[in-house]
Amino acid sequence: MSEKKNHAEHAHGEEHLREKHLMLDPLPRGQMNEMVMESMQTTSWKFWVVFAILSVIVAYGLFYSWGVMIAEGLGVAGVNRPAYWGIFLVNTVFWIGISHAGTFISAILRVFKAEFRRPFTRAAELMTTFGLVQAGFSIFMHMGRVWLSYWLMPYPNQRMLWPNLHSPLTWDLLAITTYLLSSTMYLFLPLIPDVAMARDRSTGWRKTFYKILALGFRGTEGEWTHLRNAMGIFAWAIIPVMFSVHTIVSWDFAAATRPGWNSTIFGPYFVVGALHSGMGAVVMVLAIVRGTMKNMKYFIRPEHFDAISKLMLIISMAWAYFFFNDYMVQWYGGDKWTKQLMHFQEAGPMGWMWFAMLIFNIAIPWAVLWNARWRATPWIVFIVGLLINVGMWFERYIIIPVSLSINRMPFTWRLYEPGIEIPLGIGTLAFFILLYMAASRLIPLVPVWEVQEGQMAHELKKYGRETVVSVSELE
Amino acid sequence: MATLADLKISEVKLSEEQTGKWGMVIDQDICTGCQACVAACAMENNISFVGEEDSGYGRSMHWIRIERFWEGEYPEVKMTPNQPILCQQCGSAPCEPVCPVFATVHSQAEQLNLQVYNRCVGTRYCANNCPYQVRSFNWRDYERPEPLPNQLNPDVTVRRRGVMEKCTFCIQRIQKAQDQAKGEGREVVDGEFTTACAQACPASAITFGRVDDPESLVSRLTEQNYGVKHLEELGTLPRVTYFKGG
Repeated sequence: MSEKKNHAEHAHGEEHLREKHLMLDPLPRGQMNEMVMESMQTTSWKFWVVFAILSVIVAYGLFYSWGVMIAEGLGVAGVNRPAYWGIFLVNTVFWIGISHAGTFISAILRVFKAEFRRPFTRAAELMTTFGLVQAGFSIFMHMGRVWLSYWLMPYPNQRMLWPNLHSPLTWDLLAITTYLLSSTMYLFLPLIPDVAMARDRSTGWRKTFYKILALGFRGTEGEWTHLRNAMGIFAWAIIPVMFSVHTIVSWDFAAATRPGWNSTIFGPYFVVGALHSGMGAVVMVLAIVRGTMKNMKYFIRPEHFDAISKLMLIISMAWAYFFFNDYMVQWYGGDKWTKQLMHFQEAGPMGWMWFAMLIFNIAIPWAVLWNARWRATPWIVFIVGLLINVGMWFERYIIIPVSLSINRMPFTWRLYEPGIEIPLGIGTLAFFILLYMAASRLIPLVPVWEVQEGQMAHELKKYGRETVVSVSELE
Repeated sequence: MATLADLKISEVKLSEEQTGKWGMVIDQDICTGCQACVAACAMENNISFVGEEDSGYGRSMHWIRIERFWEGEYPEVKMTPNQPILCQQCGSAPCEPVCPVFATVHSQAEQLNLQVYNRCVGTRYCANNCPYQVRSFNWRDYERPEPLPNQLNPDVTVRRRGVMEKCTFCIQRIQKAQDQAKGEGREVVDGEFTTACAQACPASAITFGRVDDPESLVSRLTEQNYGVKHLEELGTLPRVTYFKGG
């Protein structure tokens, strides 16, 4: 691809546009399909080393540590009175937040026909599904008797015992389950044409695997019509599900009678926070995919980092707005316990975390992302995305164990110190990366048909001396 | 013309849920902080001994605790009266609606908050939502070395790791007294039985009884107007009245 781009000395308008925008830089379809197949089938020794290390971390951090905790009880974790909830819940909220970016990028940008979304919708949707898997792990770890967790499910039983529909945790379970199922289906639908493409270009076990996944898709006009209809319905329907799921997660806190939690703005504040960390995670994933996978420099270009970074900047501003709203209104309320709590958050032993949160979530994105050149540099956006994720994790940590340290009975005030939560949390992170790595070699990470569709719709036209991009409506 | 002062609180008709059935009065002025109630409660209700380390980390499991504070800056500190805190058996309890599996429920018959140990899955939401912070969680399976198992109360379930527990107002004693009274064809007499903490209190600082019976000792004490209820402003309708500075 590089010889194609070495036209800097002759760079006139058209060449420059082609180099910059994937949609204006079409390749023959056969070649592009081959590029995606190649990226999927190429693994270096580095891949397997990382894979092995992560597998060990998952085996120890997630499964062994969890086994120990199930056998010993939650005493091996750091939870205590009054911080009955700790890092498990922090991680649950964090992973649900990560999962939001997938739907946001894929569904919202799809229904608004944002063309830059095309090469990375799948990379984002995979984050949704795998992030929700980690959220599920985290919330089950948190339970005292996880072997009885099926009691939260509404299933017919002889004693007519049903889950308590008054409890925000029941709403939470229903919302997360709905989101997991619908986001998995939404991940699967646009995947069908791509696995059909892969099926036609592979042999052996891969052929069998893709044959099952492709559901016999052959690319007839009728199949495309059905697929487009289904995707249209899902893209619209999943947006309210996405908003509801994090609102309901926030109600776990907002519906409680606790200083600092009982806030009416928590719903939108959590949704924006989820998008904030989710967008940060998407750019991190894209930077790694672009840097490590074969042929990805063609598909994922600086323009994409630029576009997502703009969204990150806007979401950072929205988050700052909600943060200010939440704190200022509660402070003006003058409730003595809330005041105690706010003082503790800022000036207490975890005050550094409170200030780090503001620096990572607001100061750094605002200082960096205004610059178009920095926005288009993958490693810079990677670092900003990483810091935003750390900052958002801190935000959840402040909301859960730090806020729980202060309550209306000063006799019980006590700090929370994490125990076995740390290997378990690292285990979920490793498991997320592991699932993602496996998926990147099993299913086409770039939705080839979507890229090709976009490239067909885009055209460069000349009006006098001016080169103009024109996009035709396909659907 | 009727003024606001004419509206007497006592004239407002209280529902059964608001008055409650069983209640307690704790006189902080005569409480010596001897912890006899804490020990008696632990023995009566088979509460685990969690050990020094866990207890120091906020994992003690006592259903009643004596809170002590001091006021002022060192060295001019003044001790405030000892404050025994136990489950306030709220009429409108924040712990109840948040449990996803109905493990913490309200007894309509006894007007008490019940914890169903074998239904609890350990989400600990109830404990977070309890403004009094009186719920204790079984963080581990704590050991009971010999001969301590011989001391276990057969009327009370022994809890395992992963479940929440809290003060029950010694519901096993309530049931026993009611069964006996029913067998003899009469009502339970005031003072016929009491909770373990009240029984053990050497200063008689704790009084337990029927708050819906105006003749009972606990009702007559409650009517003395210097009693306060903790965090009453949250609308939890607590059943325990505290006397301080009487």
